[in-house]
Amino acid sequence: MSARVSLFVTCIVDQLFPRVGMAVVDVLEHLGFTVDFPERQTCCGQPAFNSGYREEARQVARHFLDVFKDADYIVVPSGSCTSMIAHHFADIFDKEPARLEQARALEPKVYEFSRFLLEVAKVEDVGARLEEVVTYHDSCHALRELQVKDGPRRLLGHVHGLELREMDAAEECCGFGGTFSVKFAEVSGGMARDKIASIVRTGASAVVSADSSCLMQIQGAISRAGLPLRTLHLAEVLASR
Amino acid sequence: MSAAFDEKIHATLADPKLQLAVYTATGRLIEKRRKAITPDACPDYQELRSHANDVKRHTIEHLDYYLEKFERNVKAHGGQVIYCRDAPEVADFVLSLAKERLARLIVKSKSMTTEEVDLNERLEHHDLESVETDLGEYIIQLAHERPYHIVAPVLHKTREQVADLFTERLGVPRETVIEKQTMIARAVLREKFLAADIGISGANFLVADSGAVVLVENEGNARLTTSAPKIHIAIAGIEKLIPRAQDLAVFLKLLGRSATGQPLTVYTSFLSGPRREDEIDGPEEFYVVLLDNGRTKVLADREKRQSLYCIRCGACLNHCPVYRKIGGHSYPWIYSGPIGAILTPQFLGVTHEPGLPFASSLCGACAEVCPVKIDIPKILLELRSEVKKSEEREGASRLERLAFRVWAWVMRHPRLYEMAGVAAAALGPSADGGGWVCKVPFNVGPLRAWLSQRDLPPSPPKSFRQMWRQR
Repeated sequence: MSARVSLFVTCIVDQLFPRVGMAVVDVLEHLGFTVDFPERQTCCGQPAFNSGYREEARQVARHFLDVFKDADYIVVPSGSCTSMIAHHFADIFDKEPARLEQARALEPKVYEFSRFLLEVAKVEDVGARLEEVVTYHDSCHALRELQVKDGPRRLLGHVHGLELREMDAAEECCGFGGTFSVKFAEVSGGMARDKIASIVRTGASAVVSADSSCLMQIQGAISRAGLPLRTLHLAEVLASR
Repeated sequence: MSAAFDEKIHATLADPKLQLAVYTATGRLIEKRRKAITPDACPDYQELRSHANDVKRHTIEHLDYYLEKFERNVKAHGGQVIYCRDAPEVADFVLSLAKERLARLIVKSKSMTTEEVDLNERLEHHDLESVETDLGEYIIQLAHERPYHIVAPVLHKTREQVADLFTERLGVPRETVIEKQTMIARAVLREKFLAADIGISGANFLVADSGAVVLVENEGNARLTTSAPKIHIAIAGIEKLIPRAQDLAVFLKLLGRSATGQPLTVYTSFLSGPRREDEIDGPEEFYVVLLDNGRTKVLADREKRQSLYCIRCGACLNHCPVYRKIGGHSYPWIYSGPIGAILTPQFLGVTHEPGLPFASSLCGACAEVCPVKIDIPKILLELRSEVKKSEEREGASRLERLAFRVWAWVMRHPRLYEMAGVAAAALGPSADGGGWVCKVPFNVGPLRAWLSQRDLPPSPPKSFRQMWRQR
């Protein structure tokens, strides 16, 4: 029997980038996993948590814990949402022992997408093919809160036909930062423009990342600048065949 | 966010020369640090950070003990320790000492703590001349500005601007060569050193087991400040303590590398007590002013007291993409960058500038480079929560709070969530040939802010859950 994987698709992918979710399903099924999508899922609560509304974040996080309480593995196509669940649930439930215990029990089951492929599925070559020159953007929470750095690059390195060119500012923030992007729009926009300048310098035609929120910011700035570049979630690249 | 904060940010972003100056200067510091901490240059860098964090935690948890120990050892060497609650108490102490000793001229070496208590301004009100002797600080003083950066106070000024400033304030011919500018300042400052009655310094570290004040610098002006005048006053926050001289083996290695990429700064001075009989130089009187100014309040907070571990290296400023955009003068107080964003609300209260803890994308670059491992993003998140609680008490940000309450309610009800998604997709811009959108019918609030900088993704024909069901 193949292992069952519960997909937490994230609200942003569900509502705005459904293709990314379908790509995750495609890759996991291709590797022989049974994918389960608990339909009562919504959001991890991060928007409220990062905006200072802890009670609202707790309410949404409790819902998440209830929806995913029976999961064996939870795969998330986002470093940021993974970190919220795996790290920050413990911060917000510090005064609710029962919920804290639940959050701690869930923590080892939550995997950012690339981590799941490398650590649980134990594959580097998922059989993908994409004739394209790409560069990889390290999303901050994947990089600094989950130490996801080489993994996505190893996966991309095995995509047939793909050339990965590193950008000079791979680790610099794209400027999204949730509500930061609208509260400090000018600063956020400036950071996005610095980011795409670095992407352009590589000569790549696409930028790949593990977080759709970063890609929304980067694609938004690319589109505004009228540049011939596209953004791809790592899952979309790995689902290309 | 206050209008003043918003305006300063906007003005900095709108100044391309300033943007380039800040980006280039911080970029240079990033590069220098990077080279100084490579496995070849500093094999035990990560271990040093962990060790420094351990030492700081231990010291801050037992600060009362180390303060008393430090005081005993300063006294044993013939020095004196003065505890000051706030800025006026520091000024009162310096003023009364200056009055007793008939002092007129004070020379100062670089110190963020004295900036924190506006010492120069307070002294000038009483006709005491107080001259900054660090080149950068001297330029800042001539320009009547605040330091732009904890370590590099004139990071924002070009040499052309300094040339104009020197001509205007000192009446010298315009000189744009940095070395020659240095010689101009040096000629002025040498006279001041010789004539000064009191030297005031800060402290990078206070060593409890030896009662020593440790100063690091590159120009040599701190050595002159602390040894040429008859009186030396070191002014330091109580958090500057470390238990033992041997702990410096860790901190000095980290400080120089993190700040300027130097294995060690050019000068490291250990000052303990006034000149002894067999010594050829040094002051006749030696005072250490230990400043609270809000630090004990920070100390009382279990979660956030790690803010006091800071050794003021400035690495978090250099690596912060927000600091690199908005610059040092946009911040509401003398401490800028990520460390300023956590210190200011704790020292001056979260209502001083409620927007400050939000001026971060939470990218975590600050925590990654912090030599003493302060978890700055975690503290920013705590402060954001405190800002929201304070706003709720005051009835501010009502609309945003309501929005998050409704949002949380919808997120707990999956059917509502789905319906809201369908409604938003119907109202929102649809994919017009797959293109992204630069205009929407309801261009207000966050949507307007988003669109001021970048385009929006079009609403997909179906959500993921709809596609999942139909496959």
